[in-house]
Amino acid sequence: MTTIAADGQIVDDHAHDADHKPAFFQRWFMSTNHKDIGTLYLIFAIIAGIIGGAISGMMRMELAEPGIQYLTGWVGAGASMDEALHLWNVLITAHGLIMVFFMVMPAMIGGFGNWFVPLMIGAPDMAFPRMNNVSFWLLIPAFLLLLGSAFVPGGTGDGAGTGWTVYAPLSTSGSVGPAVDMAILSLHLAGASSILGAVNFITTILNMRAPGMTLHKMPLFVWSVLVTAFLLLLALPVLAAAITMLLTDRNFGTTFFDAAGGGDPVLYQHLFWFFGHPEVYIMILPGFGMVSHIISTFSRKPIFGYLGMAYAMVAIGVVGFVVWAHHMFTTGMSVNVKMYFTAATMVIAVPTGIKIFSWIATMWGGSMTFKTPMVWALGFIFMFTVGGVTGVVLANGGIDDNLHDTYYVVAHFHYVLSLGAVFSIFAGFYYWFPKMSGRHYSELLGQLHFWIFFIGVNVLFFPMHFLGNQSMPRRYPDYPEQFAYWNEIASIGYAIMAVGVLIFFVNIAWAFIAGRKAEDNYWGEGATTLEWTLSSPPPFHQFETLPQIK
Amino acid sequence: MAGAKNHDYHILPPDIWPFFGAFAALTMAFGGVMWLHPDVFGSFGPMVFAIGVATVALTFYAWWSNVVKEAHAGDHTPVVQLHLRYGMILFIASEVMFFVGWFWAWFDYSLFPQPLEFAEGFTTNMIGQEGAEAFVQWPPKGIEVLNAFELPLLNTLILLCSGTTVTWAHHSLIHGNRKGLITGLWLTIILGAVFSAIQAYEYSIAPFPFAGINYSSAFYMATGFHGFHVLVGTIFLIVCLARSYKGHFTPKQHFGFEAAAWYWHFVDVVWLFLFLAVYVWGGWGAPVH
Repeated sequence: MTTIAADGQIVDDHAHDADHKPAFFQRWFMSTNHKDIGTLYLIFAIIAGIIGGAISGMMRMELAEPGIQYLTGWVGAGASMDEALHLWNVLITAHGLIMVFFMVMPAMIGGFGNWFVPLMIGAPDMAFPRMNNVSFWLLIPAFLLLLGSAFVPGGTGDGAGTGWTVYAPLSTSGSVGPAVDMAILSLHLAGASSILGAVNFITTILNMRAPGMTLHKMPLFVWSVLVTAFLLLLALPVLAAAITMLLTDRNFGTTFFDAAGGGDPVLYQHLFWFFGHPEVYIMILPGFGMVSHIISTFSRKPIFGYLGMAYAMVAIGVVGFVVWAHHMFTTGMSVNVKMYFTAATMVIAVPTGIKIFSWIATMWGGSMTFKTPMVWALGFIFMFTVGGVTGVVLANGGIDDNLHDTYYVVAHFHYVLSLGAVFSIFAGFYYWFPKMSGRHYSELLGQLHFWIFFIGVNVLFFPMHFLGNQSMPRRYPDYPEQFAYWNEIASIGYAIMAVGVLIFFVNIAWAFIAGRKAEDNYWGEGATTLEWTLSSPPPFHQFETLPQIK
Repeated sequence: MAGAKNHDYHILPPDIWPFFGAFAALTMAFGGVMWLHPDVFGSFGPMVFAIGVATVALTFYAWWSNVVKEAHAGDHTPVVQLHLRYGMILFIASEVMFFVGWFWAWFDYSLFPQPLEFAEGFTTNMIGQEGAEAFVQWPPKGIEVLNAFELPLLNTLILLCSGTTVTWAHHSLIHGNRKGLITGLWLTIILGAVFSAIQAYEYSIAPFPFAGINYSSAFYMATGFHGFHVLVGTIFLIVCLARSYKGHFTPKQHFGFEAAAWYWHFVDVVWLFLFLAVYVWGGWGAPVH
């Protein structure tokens, strides 16, 4: 990868005195600064993560034992059992949408992407600094619409209870009232935010690399954001079309998904998953990028097979567009179509395998240290591989007939997201937190956070494989006695994980109160990308003189 | 010297419009929901929606006014102009994918037709009934289509013609001929307006309603979103015309015009696909209104 020619003029960037930070309102509400906008995104993602995580806590409380324990109480006195069960649907919908659109994506792309893409390519800011800010601020209205939908009628009770996939006809004739319309428009706004962000990232990465930084010298995190941005740009508009069809079916009498008028509910699933499958790579590719840097830094070796790593992500992105119907194996598609989507899906295991093995090869013979970001990255590789392996199982159309919509699927996608994407977010957070804030966190609390969280999420999600194999269906608040044992274990796992998250917040607070000041490059010689040539935190405007890359 | 800018990128001062625009969009979206559900939100929906639309329009106006001012101030260095080009191309690429969604619906219904019968404004789906096979056809039985080779063909010619007039304007601009630029833009805008008028007229005489059947859902939403893009493109060209009168464009720097021209060509190409797939192929064999 890249090495930096220490251009004497870069030293200028350490002159904090030259910073002319705008006043509070201007700085945080009218920002055109990629680092401040990145910070806003990270704060937003943390708040959304707390809300989405609290909702999953409610779900694990309800599922801790058979029968309906809490839903009737939460929905309020005088409400019917149907309304209580509708609340369950609202909870799973909100949890999914919040974690996908308002936690993982803002953290990875908006947060780390905004902060570190310009820094890593040696650019002073993003290509479109103002548009960058509207990308962030559109998320707030989107989030308000989604949260607000919980308090207005959505059919059987208040709130949108459609699942994050918003399948018709449940989302059309099955959900009368404004809640689902608000959820749909929330997705429209979040989608517009992401498309504008994607335009910004692609333009920035293609046009603003420092002199000498060819694409083949570009840091892998930047590669990952570039591929992610293309996925966003090309997948989200299809979702926009699909949910617009939902809107007109719901309100204006079209019959896109209403069979009575010749419509096709399966069409919605095609349109949704044509977006939805690239979306799962959108949520993991930036994590791949971050983990590559962390493994390399803490092995004190350049990443193994740099070009292969970059093009593996490109391959995942391209093939990710032609595998969508593996989410729909049980919709009655022909065996030939199933065979195609099974085979195409399995092909993705090849570039993914290239990445896993290249990370291992990077560590091989390296001078390894196991600081907090590294243990998170290692946890990521291990857990993501588990999720990847169950993904290969589910890719088989025949097996999926049996496992579709069971807890096996829930286990699978939480292993790649909750233990994959989220682990990489924590890895990136600990890797870069001192760079962003200028303060060190407590290494002890970071390690403690990792181990407790690691144990917690595994206790939480591993039993779900067993539940799935016993055919426990997803999206139900109640279940027969036979599923009680592993559900109780899973709920205990949630509690353990929650303790881990608490330690995370204590650690952040500790860093700001007592953390010692961070040096420019606190990870030492293993950290070779351009952000380590800057102060911690970097000046308000960095690279006023562009760095030269050898 | 520390803090001195030694590069050609555009570093912007803080700006209120992104924040304002986001909440204008919220007002528009929530106002729309209020309008659709007066039973829940009362009768203020249309008003809130109108405020939302107005504030969104204000945002666009103010934002792009600033962009124009910055261009005149010399902030748009060659690399910044390159950014604008990339931004516009990528935006158009995302728009293409938006239309992919509508074409997907259209081909889903037309390539895998349902046994439908459309009579007196009502649709019956015969699937599973005896003799249903006889109703499997596209367009659905009972749908009278618009003759592709009358107004739609005329509209095709109008849009193709407008593609040449906008190129006329562009070449005039490159050769420093402002009169030619203005004439070419006027012609393009007039052709665009005539296209929209003909579309509106055709909707008003169309033999199938908006609601109730997959044919008209996909027909109206696909051609309707195209029509909306024609309107946006026409407004974009009108802005360019106003700027031409003011002498904003130079033969060397006129990206605002080029972006409008690209957008116009994109709208044109989408129409060609609509004409072929929806009007000609998609209506083939059906009784003509």
